[in-house]
Amino acid sequence: MRRIEASTIIQAVAQLCQQANFELGEDVLAALKQAQQDEESPLGREVLSQLIENARIAKEEHLPLCQDCGTAVVFLEIGQETHIIGGDLYAAVEEGVSLGYSQGYLRKSIVGQPFSARINTGDNTPPVIHTEIVPSDQLKITLMAKGSGAENMSRLAMLKPSDGRQGIIDLVVRTIDEAGGNPCPPLIVGLGIGGTAEKAMLLAKKALLRPVAKPSPDPEASELEKEILSRINDLGIGPLGFGGSITALAVHAEVMPTHIASLPVAVNLQCHSARHKEITL
Amino acid sequence: MINNFYITSPIEAEVIEKLTVGTRVLFSGVIYTARDAAHHRLVQALDKGDKLPFDLNGQALYYMGPSPAAPDQVIGSAGPTTSSRMDIYTPRLIADGIRAMIGKGNRSPAVKEAIKKYKAVYFTTIGGAGALLAKSIRQVEVIAYEDLGTEAILRLNVENFPAIVANDIYGEDLFDQGKARYQRRK
Repeated sequence: MRRIEASTIIQAVAQLCQQANFELGEDVLAALKQAQQDEESPLGREVLSQLIENARIAKEEHLPLCQDCGTAVVFLEIGQETHIIGGDLYAAVEEGVSLGYSQGYLRKSIVGQPFSARINTGDNTPPVIHTEIVPSDQLKITLMAKGSGAENMSRLAMLKPSDGRQGIIDLVVRTIDEAGGNPCPPLIVGLGIGGTAEKAMLLAKKALLRPVAKPSPDPEASELEKEILSRINDLGIGPLGFGGSITALAVHAEVMPTHIASLPVAVNLQCHSARHKEITL
Repeated sequence: MINNFYITSPIEAEVIEKLTVGTRVLFSGVIYTARDAAHHRLVQALDKGDKLPFDLNGQALYYMGPSPAAPDQVIGSAGPTTSSRMDIYTPRLIADGIRAMIGKGNRSPAVKEAIKKYKAVYFTTIGGAGALLAKSIRQVEVIAYEDLGTEAILRLNVENFPAIVANDIYGEDLFDQGKARYQRRK
């Protein structure tokens, strides 16, 4: 049994909040640079170069990449051989988020009551926490700073089994088409296919953590990813919706078994400012 | 496409007539920030006949809630939020004097109609480039609704703040035009 201090978790989470908001991942930057090569629209190419410049400024000056520093979505992979000591795990994660957002001068965007008072909680808590128990003696923490511009354009559909593969493609393409420039394309499109309603959306969100444009190891899923990406980029929406040939950088699909009566499909959208960082304790 | 059309905010009516979709502008002067909660309060104040925190006449609104400024900064990251959430309030604010809006993403038919009717203009700027856009902001002053935190109304003094005309008085739309040009039909 390995012991991990709650105070170590607080500091780690606080660091991740800041790193995620200041440093765009190398994979995202590489995908933006590739998009700059491939984009047909001159205005689209210019937008992409400004996004690359924005990432440089953010990293050098510790200015958040985007003023929307996101909901802190935290994925915990807890090794079954670990023992958290000196405090409550969830409280430690929450304290880490509060500390990170205040230390880093990150925007606090969470309101306490969603449909009436909507008063800002003041420290970007509570985070959204997902936990998984894994066979190890480590704790892996992944923090995603998820902006709401893209999150708001997400969708869940409980398709009929007869809708099949084509039904999935049509749903995803329609979702992106209707979203237009709102979710800040070029996008990373996370798909969760199968499971139940809530599991499909969680798969879609986790799909966004995959290195950008790394295909699914499942050949059928990776074929589907390719076809959907091509259909999305035929839409013409382009960077920020100004028109162009690159509306999405990648489609990541996660697939799991489902009920004989169901075909759940979740679409979770990620803007070009795809911010997540991880640490293993 | 005209490059680097320099404009001073508040914008004169004659200038608005010259702005057509796709025109790239660099703003200098005063713009006011307002996003969801501030829009709600402004329209409530108009409904009640209360005094507004600033005279809307001819002014520009930027849909933006910044990240906090560090001690050595004028402002934190300061890019646009999604404009369509403001659509429900915008025709009313245009009718009461607002003449320019800056945000990201497309607008509703009612907003486009109000833009034509009252000779206003909607600009888009670069969503997700908040660090870059912060460089054009020279001065920041909280003028109303301080309790809203990042959603308070700020008076910004900007210099060469970049934007693109997205909806003009002639009824054209940057997003529709761009999409039509690059769409590949199967």
